[in-house]
Amino acid sequence: MSKRTGFLYDERYQQHLTGNYHPEIPDRLPAVYKGIGDAGLLDKLTLIEATPADLKWLESVHDANYIKRFESACSIGHNIFDSPDNQMCTASYEIALLAVGGVLEAVRLVMEGKLDNAFCAVRPPGHHAEVDKAMGFCYFNNIAIAARYIQQKWGIERVGIIDFDVHHGNGTQHIFERDPTVFYYSIHQHPTFAYPGTGREFELGKDAGHGYTKNSPVLPGQGDSEYKALMQRDLFPAFEDFKPEVILVSSGFDAHIDDNMSDIKLTTEGFSWIIETIVGMADRYSKGRLISILEGGYSIRRLPELARNHVEILLNG
Amino acid sequence: MFVSRSMTQKVICIGPDAGIFEAQELMAENKVRHLPVTKSDGRLIGIVTDRDIRSALPYKFFKKAPSEEEKQNVSQLKIKDIMTSNPITISPTYTIQDALLMIQDAKVGALPVVDEDSMLQGIISVRDLLRAFINVLGIGEPGTLLCILVEEKVGQLKKIVDAITEENISFGSVLVARYWDKDMRAVFTYLLTLNVAHVKEKLTKLGFTLLEPMEWYLDQLPKNE
Repeated sequence: MSKRTGFLYDERYQQHLTGNYHPEIPDRLPAVYKGIGDAGLLDKLTLIEATPADLKWLESVHDANYIKRFESACSIGHNIFDSPDNQMCTASYEIALLAVGGVLEAVRLVMEGKLDNAFCAVRPPGHHAEVDKAMGFCYFNNIAIAARYIQQKWGIERVGIIDFDVHHGNGTQHIFERDPTVFYYSIHQHPTFAYPGTGREFELGKDAGHGYTKNSPVLPGQGDSEYKALMQRDLFPAFEDFKPEVILVSSGFDAHIDDNMSDIKLTTEGFSWIIETIVGMADRYSKGRLISILEGGYSIRRLPELARNHVEILLNG
Repeated sequence: MFVSRSMTQKVICIGPDAGIFEAQELMAENKVRHLPVTKSDGRLIGIVTDRDIRSALPYKFFKKAPSEEEKQNVSQLKIKDIMTSNPITISPTYTIQDALLMIQDAKVGALPVVDEDSMLQGIISVRDLLRAFINVLGIGEPGTLLCILVEEKVGQLKKIVDAITEENISFGSVLVARYWDKDMRAVFTYLLTLNVAHVKEKLTKLGFTLLEPMEWYLDQLPKNE
């Protein structure tokens, strides 16, 4: 069955500059675009244009003070924000707003039934961003804001988030850890060996949200077969119980064997299995509604094929 | 790294003439398993643990509700009857390392901290040591662990630290451990960054071997004695 798939791509996302020796570079996005374009998929996709997000939605997740602090740090020309990892330029605030705005636009099209699903090729990424702190190349938590937008604007009760970036999405987890209406599942390199040091197996959510966070840490050197086994063991039963009405995906491609940001050895086929599986879950639980948002993935050589397969599976799933 | 800095200062204590149920309640309320026993002037005379209490209770207390008579009998028991007198103590000027070794050696869960006059100053438990150890490892903060294999000769660590510092990366911790090859050392750097790709490349260029973490991890797991 072919699907109506949206593709968020905006050249302005390349204006967020991160300085020397930084892996989260503008070139990542043209690599994504090239992979999709060279495969002749652009004609089959609905291109989504980005507009800056309304502050109201940013504030559904982030502290108003934090947003102001980030804006002024950019405008006075600071090139680092909150941690040396977060290198930026004067445009970064505006571009981060565009990233959130583009994601919300993709969500809107899916919720209005104009699209079945979408892939959002945004920068900067978001899943490490906390309520009041930038971390790990992230400033605004794109996916968390999308989840709140879906609930508050579209009256959806249960949102399921799947995060397969090789690093644990500490920001997303912390934002929803007390909330039983948003299920956060993450599979990532074991936190003893990889940034940010959270996402251990025993982190299951807090208070009313206990049981609505699930983490599958993967040991260095492991790959496809372990990912399959862990997702089957941890994610399948959790979503079967939770039955998300919309699925959001933090799509990081940095667990690839050729990506030097991790010690995980997922193959290109392994990534295809993951997204096929997620599309299947969306069909089963959420009427196909799925919005995939780019997080990490730093191998310029591998990003084209990974993005191509990702989008192809969203289209044909 | 002194005991005085890591110990729990607000200690929950009990007197020698208190009843066993009072001690049990105190432990449950405050979520502790050790109560130092002090005289009214604050001098330490013993310690009582949750295990001492459980051992003092007849089996019936666990199996079914005890009769009033049994309860009465047990409630006659006083702390001084079940406590360990003259327990092993530690001085506040001792170090965390001393405490680790003493606790391991004595096979206890906590040591009362007393000054020269036997006045109770605090208590240091396995829990406090864990907190100190998490702090030493730096893992309370986000970061990435690298394992770097180096030859055992002067100046190696300096090279590593310099290379990492040049990248403007802060250290959460640096641990040096023995490697199975006796002329080599394994250096574990916990770096407070997500951006490790470039520094890894740089260390490799400098001639260091970056170990697959699992290689180290599995081969070096200590055997249980």
